[in-house]
Amino acid sequence: MSEQDVASGTKAVGRSMTSGKVASLNRTRSTVRLGWLVPTLYILFLMLPLYWLINMSFKTNQEITGAFSLWPRDFTWRNYAVIFSDPSWYSGYINSIIYVVLNTVISLAVALPAAYAFSRYRFLGDKHLFFWLLTNRMAPPAVFALPFFQLYSAFGLIDTHIAVALAHCLFNVPLAVWILEGFMSGVPKEIDETAYIDGYSFPRFFVRIFMPLIASGIGVAAFFCFMFSWVELLLARTLTTTAAKPISAIMTRTVSASGLDWGVLAAAGVLTIIPGALVIYFVRNYIAKGFALGRV
Amino acid sequence: MDRTWNNKAWFLVLPVLVLVAFSAIIPLMTVVNYSVQDTFGNNQFFWAGLDWFDDTLHSERFWAALWRNLLFSGIILAIEIPLGIFIALNMPKRGWGVPVCLVLMALPLLIPWNVVGTIWQVFGRVDIGLLGRTLASLGIDYNYVQDPFDAWATIVVMDVWHWTSLVVLLCYAGLVSIPDAYYQAARIDGASRWSVFRFIQLPKMQRVLLIAVLLRFMDSFMIYTEPFVVTGGGPGNETTFLSIDLVKMAIGQFDVGPAAAMSLIYFLIVLLVSYVFYTVMTNVGKGAEQ
Repeated sequence: MSEQDVASGTKAVGRSMTSGKVASLNRTRSTVRLGWLVPTLYILFLMLPLYWLINMSFKTNQEITGAFSLWPRDFTWRNYAVIFSDPSWYSGYINSIIYVVLNTVISLAVALPAAYAFSRYRFLGDKHLFFWLLTNRMAPPAVFALPFFQLYSAFGLIDTHIAVALAHCLFNVPLAVWILEGFMSGVPKEIDETAYIDGYSFPRFFVRIFMPLIASGIGVAAFFCFMFSWVELLLARTLTTTAAKPISAIMTRTVSASGLDWGVLAAAGVLTIIPGALVIYFVRNYIAKGFALGRV
Repeated sequence: MDRTWNNKAWFLVLPVLVLVAFSAIIPLMTVVNYSVQDTFGNNQFFWAGLDWFDDTLHSERFWAALWRNLLFSGIILAIEIPLGIFIALNMPKRGWGVPVCLVLMALPLLIPWNVVGTIWQVFGRVDIGLLGRTLASLGIDYNYVQDPFDAWATIVVMDVWHWTSLVVLLCYAGLVSIPDAYYQAARIDGASRWSVFRFIQLPKMQRVLLIAVLLRFMDSFMIYTEPFVVTGGGPGNETTFLSIDLVKMAIGQFDVGPAAAMSLIYFLIVLLVSYVFYTVMTNVGKGAEQ
């Protein structure tokens, strides 16, 4: 290759680079403008079905089935009034909240020491144990529905809140261990050693020093336990009949049995969304880290 | 982090072990017990050996459900992963838009699964739903109760609606962890938008993307509630996935033997995938530390 060729080649590269740079700058600018549109369209897509549900919850049944309207013409609170005045409806919410809270407390109480052990020590069979815990997060609840029913029947626990709380531990405890382990591994080990030298006992160190350090991790783990217990239906429905029946199961029964009270159904649906929307606000900056099992 | 060898750590793990043993090992052993026995009622059981496994592995019903489920998971991954990456790339990086986007996008993840089903069941109805009504007025013959294609489309769109946010959130978390210096270097080099994505953003997202793919695969592989509410597995058996079939068999028909055998095969498939997940994830972690 002659010198001239090389020179012209370099020039060509230089030119294409400059034009590439200009093009990329233009492109960046245009993507910035369009980029604003992408999340907006996506959120619009997410909100449409939700809007329709909220819209329906403020309509009368006549309007729902009779006239097609994009907003409630005949605005009514009646659907919500039905739910808040009928114990068979609102007790569903109370049941759900009781077992979800129970489950979150149990899961965190057992997961905290275990996560500490996994993040700080090596012991016989630790890797196998960790993997075995993971498999429980991945186990299809359908596999466990029938044996759970028989196991809890044998202990006389059917239709109690604690039965559902324990059953949900199947996938929430492994999840909590994984998330907490991820957060705990981010705390330097020197802190533990310094505390022991200063004469702290293990329980005192754990509660007074370590737990405040991973407070956000505990919050995220609690949020995920809450969430997965709140959204699960198959096990909760299988293990309850009347006294501890969750709201989501009461909803399905109403659809099939008492005919089509669409307005009340929609209102009940809207009410199940509210607790999630409330707690999500508190952990908004940590949600992704939790889903990544504490490993972003 | 180097961890000290200490077998007393077992005491810290003990509560988890007891609890999960109660809610995992005992039920699993019950399933194993059923899978090798037959019954004519009255709590009288007969040894059936491996007959149920043999039956299940030769039953068309099982293979059809498995095939449908794999197809479903494939479609879900093919749509949700690229879409999630695309949306995450276009999310605002700072300012008031960030918390608004995060909260609104995470909202579908916190709706009870059967309410998700109900929302879409209503939304897609031709008589009262916005989607069904709009499609009908456009002249499209849409009916998810009778038409298998429409049923599939509804369930797939519903799952995209429900779970794409998970992929978005994970990718977004991966993206914001990239230091600004990387982008500045790329700008100096005159890298195109595509090369920035290919050589900076994608490698940095690898870890979270892996988690996203495997979580989405496993959760779509054991999907139950949402399609059950929307289509009930119909029309015919067109949307009967493994979990729906299993619950139908175990609790609907009370065929505990075949159901137990099917449970174990199902569980083994999931176990295999989990093992791959675990191995890959621990190895990726090692790569990052070095």
